[in-house]
Amino acid sequence: MTFSLWRARSTAVWLVLVVVTLVSFALGADHGVGSSVAVVLLGLALIKVRYVGLDFMELRTAPVMLRALFEAYCITLWVVLAGMYLWL
Amino acid sequence: MGTGRVSQTSLRPVGGESSAATRTLPHVPGEPGVWIFLFGDMVVFGVFFATFMYQRAQAPELFDASRHTLSIGIGLTNTLVLLTSSLFVVTAVRAIRLSQRGAAQLMLAGALVCALIFIGLKAIEYTAKVAAGHVPTENDFYLYFFILTGLHLFHLLIGVAVLILLLTQARRSHLSATRIALVEGGACFWHLVDLLWIILFALLYLVS
Repeated sequence: MTFSLWRARSTAVWLVLVVVTLVSFALGADHGVGSSVAVVLLGLALIKVRYVGLDFMELRTAPVMLRALFEAYCITLWVVLAGMYLWL
Repeated sequence: MGTGRVSQTSLRPVGGESSAATRTLPHVPGEPGVWIFLFGDMVVFGVFFATFMYQRAQAPELFDASRHTLSIGIGLTNTLVLLTSSLFVVTAVRAIRLSQRGAAQLMLAGALVCALIFIGLKAIEYTAKVAAGHVPTENDFYLYFFILTGLHLFHLLIGVAVLILLLTQARRSHLSATRIALVEGGACFWHLVDLLWIILFALLYLVS
């Protein structure tokens, strides 16, 4: 196996995603109902999803329309879920 | 595959290398039709997530109390396992483009091991919850927990079949443009399984 295969942006992104997951876990372990921490947790999850799309699904080099659709999905889902959490 | 049979390395540059020579025109990973399916699935799950949030708003204390009975360690481990499987898959696709068949097969095998770990941990979690009386009929939280994680598990099982298909492609010495698109589309499906779980982990295990 060639070591150079791992020397890629996707490996660095994986490391960041692991760290963000652990930070989310630490934040989410014990916060109260209605806390704005939940909105941050949802935001971190959708940011992680964005990077899975851009760097694992290779949308970073995809046509702008495809990438924009994916990013719009991430933003829309965060706004909808966070809005429902805060105002329902 | 006739005229479509070309060398793997001539199709696309290697992802992750940033020199100007490796940049190409925008490229749709897989077939465009795959993305209709992927976006359709993402929207359907988005509706499920919103439905869960609506139900949660009807009884926030009950949902939070139920959340605390989940095995958060298993949820966290499964998140890390799926992220790692995605790294294996994206690196395997890169290896396939470079005709490094051995490395590609090894990485896809690694992704399959991750998938089996996820399934095993999910089985342990389901068994423990049911044994403790946390069944779908207990309350709305557990109803949605089993529906959402069950649907995701169904996708993951399809993903296992996709990984096996990718493994068979990785064994070929040369891949046509069509087969490369098949590999990319299959890889994107596996990443879909990963990204859906990322949202589920936050929604079910972390958000109070």
